[in-house]
Amino acid sequence: MALPAYAGWGERLWYYTFRFICFLIFVFLISPILIVLPLSFNVEPYFSFTPGMLTGDPDAYSLRWYKDILTNGMANPEATTGWWSDVWNNAQWVRSMRNSFFIGIIATIVATSLGTIAAVGLSRSEMPFKKKIMALLISPMIVPVVITAAGTFSFFSKFGLAYTHTGVILAHAILGIPFVIITVTATLVGFDQSLVQAAYSMGATPIRTFFKVQMPLILPGVISGALFAFVISFDEVVVVIALASVEQRTIPRQMFSGIREQISPTILAVATILVIISIGLLTTLELIRRRGERLRGVTPA
Amino acid sequence: MTETTVATIDDKLLTKRLGKAMFRSRLRAFMLVVPVLLFLLLSFVIPILSFLLQGISDDTFSSRMPKTTMVLSEWDAVSEPTEEMYAALVADLKVVRANKTIGKVATRVNRDKPGTRSLFTSTGRKIAKIEPPYKESLPGIKKKWQDIEVWQAMKTASRKYTPGYYAAALDLKLTSDGSIVRQDENRRIHLTLMTRTLQISFLVTIFCLLLGYPIAYLLATLPVRSSNLLLILVLLPFWTSILVRTTAWIAMLQSQGVVNDLLVYFGVTDDGTRYSLIYNKLGTLIAMTHILLPFMILPLYSVMKGIPPSYVRAAKSLGASNWTAFWRVYAPQTIPGIGAGAILVFIVAIGYYITPALVGGQEGTMISNTIDDHMRKSLNWNLAAALGGVLMIVVLFLYWIYDRFVGIDNMKLG
Repeated sequence: MALPAYAGWGERLWYYTFRFICFLIFVFLISPILIVLPLSFNVEPYFSFTPGMLTGDPDAYSLRWYKDILTNGMANPEATTGWWSDVWNNAQWVRSMRNSFFIGIIATIVATSLGTIAAVGLSRSEMPFKKKIMALLISPMIVPVVITAAGTFSFFSKFGLAYTHTGVILAHAILGIPFVIITVTATLVGFDQSLVQAAYSMGATPIRTFFKVQMPLILPGVISGALFAFVISFDEVVVVIALASVEQRTIPRQMFSGIREQISPTILAVATILVIISIGLLTTLELIRRRGERLRGVTPA
Repeated sequence: MTETTVATIDDKLLTKRLGKAMFRSRLRAFMLVVPVLLFLLLSFVIPILSFLLQGISDDTFSSRMPKTTMVLSEWDAVSEPTEEMYAALVADLKVVRANKTIGKVATRVNRDKPGTRSLFTSTGRKIAKIEPPYKESLPGIKKKWQDIEVWQAMKTASRKYTPGYYAAALDLKLTSDGSIVRQDENRRIHLTLMTRTLQISFLVTIFCLLLGYPIAYLLATLPVRSSNLLLILVLLPFWTSILVRTTAWIAMLQSQGVVNDLLVYFGVTDDGTRYSLIYNKLGTLIAMTHILLPFMILPLYSVMKGIPPSYVRAAKSLGASNWTAFWRVYAPQTIPGIGAGAILVFIVAIGYYITPALVGGQEGTMISNTIDDHMRKSLNWNLAAALGGVLMIVVLFLYWIYDRFVGIDNMKLG
């Protein structure tokens, strides 16, 4: 969409105005995320820039909120021995980080395995009631989370699953399944079913065919589906509020009560770490996409 | 034409065998989705249905006061309560007093007739010593037992299935003779709430469209190398935690926040009259637009990428102005993307919980927050379920529209 040489002044004006509008929208998209980074190094317990920060005074910056992530909730932050094991066992944020990863990883495994198998079935042409089943499997993404949380809470508590890790994991797996199904079916659209028939004709069992022929080809879709499922669980807070006790608190849950109760820049420090994690996830996803393009012979942009 | 039957050597009909084989392969395909279907049924569909069922069924009263429920069902709701009814009530009250569930029964009746809670609890304390005839002795404890409206409220409460909660969710009231009237003007809170939820979702959708369309257009028309770079600026917020983005908006919009600081610096406002941009409806609108914007940009972008640039060029070469070429040729082709993005944003927005709860203050909360309040604070799960049912109906309707016009299998992520 380069500006042609013959463009009139009106066209030129609009061209630059349009670019400027787009620039402003990008500022709107990105600035809140970037603003978190410097604020998390604030020496004062505020959410705003101090005059010292603006003039670049090094004393206005500190790592105290990052230290607070580690020490908040510790039995004895001044101890010289056993400091790290105290952090690992008692610090609130560290515990929620452990919970988040534990719940996220197991929920991802459940969602990815169930979702991938279902997506393989759904991509077969002989699948009966395809549209209806698909609509049902995607529905956890559409149903308001408050309703999912209420339903799972009242139902799970009958079986003693409320306030347990298992309960939260099951609910998170449900929320992750639609994303796995969408991404895996998307990669299966270009999948050549005759490869499967070829494998069968040479005597491979269905399981061997799945792992040796189909799986390697749809792996990028499975990985990005798994990443989605993980992020969904890692970011989820409504179900955790309903289903989890203090023992199962995750990072978003801790942030949620942090924002409501005692708003301190520790939240911004945690937010900064989460932004870095999401940059890492985004990079992974981009690398997978490029690899996929290379394999399929598309010249990478 | 004569029918010819194709037979195999062993004389079995080939078509029959083909049918069998087809059935087996369909079954095999179906078996692959069985695990996920079972999982979803057990831990998603059934829980949600049983939750929503609470919106129309309520056995708080009938399960604890079985004798009273029975006599009330035969009562015509206008004649004076008989001695038999009083006796049943006393017998039931003795039981619920003994097993300490009288509070729940009282709360339930209180919902239909405010002010009856203390009637039950204070009567409960003296119920052990009561003597027949109960028709005299019960009003002896509390005169209010003679009030026919109390009995009517109990009759309403004793129904196991009741449209009462859905009526309450829609600001209607169920009278004891079964007719439905509108709630008093000053108590119509839920319709206000639903209007506000729809209004916020609608505005967020419009804002997302206004901000998303130029970005998607820019991404679709730039050379791939630079558009991929800019796409990262869209995907980064998408992959960043919602809590992080909400926190960031608090830092941006609060009265000592970045935006107000800038406004003061540029002299738009004084230090004393900083704008309140957050903890109100405006805060909810800004933060939700930011969070849902990628849901609009991504489907729009994928549709716009598929539009061949030659169409617009052809229009221009036929003498169309830039505007005409865009409006008459390009824009109509983006309608599927607009539809997909708008419905998706609207569906997600209408059930949104976290952001309104954190930055919405009083006037920026939405229906999800109220559902949560009813469950957590007033412990009225039935009303929560009824409100949830109303929300579900709207969402499922939108989902159906999305499926009809966009198709669920066309949903793409990133």
